[in-house]
Amino acid sequence: MWTTTAALALALYLLLVMWSGDIVLWALDELIVGAVLAAAVGGVAGALLWERGGWRMLQPHRWFLLIAYVVGPLFFAMARANLDVAWRVITGRIRPGIVRFDPALRTELGRTLLANSITLTPGTLTVDVNDNTGVFYVHWINVTNEKPSPEEVCGELPVWARRIAE
Amino acid sequence: MTVLVYVLLGVGVVFNALGAIALIRFPDVYTRIHGATKCTTFGSVFSIAAVVVHGFLRGGPEGGTLAVHALIALVFLLLTNPTGSHALARGAYRSGVKPFRAVIDQIERDKR
Repeated sequence: MWTTTAALALALYLLLVMWSGDIVLWALDELIVGAVLAAAVGGVAGALLWERGGWRMLQPHRWFLLIAYVVGPLFFAMARANLDVAWRVITGRIRPGIVRFDPALRTELGRTLLANSITLTPGTLTVDVNDNTGVFYVHWINVTNEKPSPEEVCGELPVWARRIAE
Repeated sequence: MTVLVYVLLGVGVVFNALGAIALIRFPDVYTRIHGATKCTTFGSVFSIAAVVVHGFLRGGPEGGTLAVHALIALVFLLLTNPTGSHALARGAYRSGVKPFRAVIDQIERDKR
């Protein structure tokens, strides 16, 4: 477990210091610092990172799905919601409230992904998630339905969260 | 292509400005989180996109480093910003701040 974590940390560090020298793309001192830091990160975080189903994300097709999700549906949802909230900032027309819905996600990874996506989209803000039942409490800036379905609040995002993380 | 950099910067500035206005106009902590943390994220996405384009235009090791660093900054911004917003909102709710003028507060209802 900790070697996987260390390898991921090393890859990220090498990406950060690309073009620093001439051993392929990196300088020798950067490679040494990277190896030391990666070992430290692996030792500290190795046991924590994988215990709740994080190993699923090691499957490469999930990475491609995640990238497709971020540049496609998530970016589109963010753009639309940003324009919507921008309009509300100017006009002051808001109808706030905290609503409840159940996106039926079972894993912590999936719930985290959906909660972060919802919070990243302006106009919806995850206030709380019930760890036992997976019910989401979301602050919604324009409540159109007091008992909404997941689609009304965040569209296709739960489907994608399930596809990527479960 | 330089025009593209300026357009991206312009869009970024507009969204950042809207976020700042939202901080003044919205009535309570939750609605302000909507405006202030997320319009600025979208603004930052465009500002960083401008830096990335500028980096690629400049080319060479320096430009490449600039672009890659900006992209990594964007990834971590997108990861940490919702976590922070969520922590603020949950902390506010737990310390007893009620949503202002809310048409429904389902957490309160579920407690009864």
